[in-house]
Amino acid sequence: MEHKLNFKQYSEALKENKLLGLKCKQCGDITVPPKIACGKCYGTDLDIVELSGKGKIQTFTTVFVPPEGREDECPYVIVLVELDEGPWIMGNLTGIDPNKVNMEIMGKSVKMGHAVFPGDKFSAGEEARPVFSLGT
Amino acid sequence: MRKVAAVGVGMTKFSGKQDKTVVELFAEAAIDAINEANLKPKDIQALFMGNALGDFAEGQAQPQAFAADYIGAHHIPANKYENACASSTAAFRDAFLWVASGFYDIVLVGGAETAAKMGTPLATRTFAMASDSRYEYPCGITFPGVFALIAHLYAKKYSIPLEKLKQQMAQVTVNSHYYGARNPKAQFQKEITVDDVLTSFMVCQPLQLYDCCPFSDGGSAIVLVSEEKAKKLTQKPVYVAGVGQASAGNLLSQKEYLPRIRSRELAAEQSYKMSGLSPKDIDVIELHDCFSIATIVALDSLGFFEYGKSGEAVEKGETRIGGKIAVNPSGGLKAKGHPIGATGTAQVYEIVRQLRGECGERQVEGAKTGMTDTLGGDGGTLCNVILQRGW
Repeated sequence: MEHKLNFKQYSEALKENKLLGLKCKQCGDITVPPKIACGKCYGTDLDIVELSGKGKIQTFTTVFVPPEGREDECPYVIVLVELDEGPWIMGNLTGIDPNKVNMEIMGKSVKMGHAVFPGDKFSAGEEARPVFSLGT
Repeated sequence: MRKVAAVGVGMTKFSGKQDKTVVELFAEAAIDAINEANLKPKDIQALFMGNALGDFAEGQAQPQAFAADYIGAHHIPANKYENACASSTAAFRDAFLWVASGFYDIVLVGGAETAAKMGTPLATRTFAMASDSRYEYPCGITFPGVFALIAHLYAKKYSIPLEKLKQQMAQVTVNSHYYGARNPKAQFQKEITVDDVLTSFMVCQPLQLYDCCPFSDGGSAIVLVSEEKAKKLTQKPVYVAGVGQASAGNLLSQKEYLPRIRSRELAAEQSYKMSGLSPKDIDVIELHDCFSIATIVALDSLGFFEYGKSGEAVEKGETRIGGKIAVNPSGGLKAKGHPIGATGTAQVYEIVRQLRGECGERQVEGAKTGMTDTLGGDGGTLCNVILQRGW
């Protein structure tokens, strides 16, 4: 079966600040990041939709001990964001001092930009990810 | 299905970086288990081995084949299980199923890992491979990072002030070290205080160093046999009463449930149903305390305490020996150590010895029924095993 939207296409769109998801023709639910079947009803008849990239922070952490190869990025903030359209997505948070961030940011509104992880010897090449900032 | 018993167990000392290889560590534990079972390596019909990162730690893929040969179990079928930190419990469940089905009578299951050998940067990188490489790793997620996200969610969902939750988490660690100090095979045999935990350096906010298990080297192994063989081999067979296993997608796809780990609820339900037992029947559990918050989350999901109340229970001493449920008398992943491929069968090792009454200072008196709980990745694999005395 063909993929309606695969990782490569999703990642390339993110590089243009476009967050792509899949809308199920059967149940209307939105799946993002993409899967080959709807995350809710497992239907495979899906349409590509562009999402707002807006949502609210559900939780966060600041990473002080990085994996090999990411030492220069440290410390950095990771957030799980609930998008206005419903799904959760992982991204980084920018525009805030990583040393001062605390639970008060949970529930705050954010909008999406992006950054590219250039890849390392273990990864399958370049991978884009959402980078959020506070505000609407 | 036939009844299946553990009749021999073995475990190396768990440690930081040392000189032995994955195959050597596995073999050490395996020979001890085989000797204890009064068997010979040639009696073993199949080998099931957990190992997650041998490729990265030593450039060693398919260690199971070399392990079978090394211990003298020449040419037997040998399979490796890679389910991140739950690798050897997944191996244990399959080994159990093969014997229960009647296909084999005597099998060897275990695991080994040399994670400490990698050093912190590479170990942090390779452990993070058990998260989603496409939709999580580009953000720089790490293993403590996953449970740090869960800790903040937990505090918010159950309206526990973070400072209060961190006290409860610190008590989890203090308990682990208390029992680790009484386990000669533990990596850390030293008691620590709540203050030691709360003044250690920050790894991933809010998790500090002593909220996190160490990187470890070690091996563990169990001989599983049919009931008929067990009766001939030992006076003290420990029967597998129930097993459960479930999977889950990445953290994002678990949004309906977090901070609950749905795969744990499903796996635990399977093991309770199969054994006909419930949480109140369990005397002792070895559960997956990769991080202090992980113990609290696990106790909720396994049904020992109400959701959101497990931290309080830890503070009241209800998870210590003599409390409502004895948790991690081995010292758990935190103090005993967490050589990931060996962890699941090391949990089984502890429970079998607890049921046999061989644990000395950390013995749970009169324990008849025990359970293990092993988590791989961010809930990607969850396995539970319930074990019972056969005498």
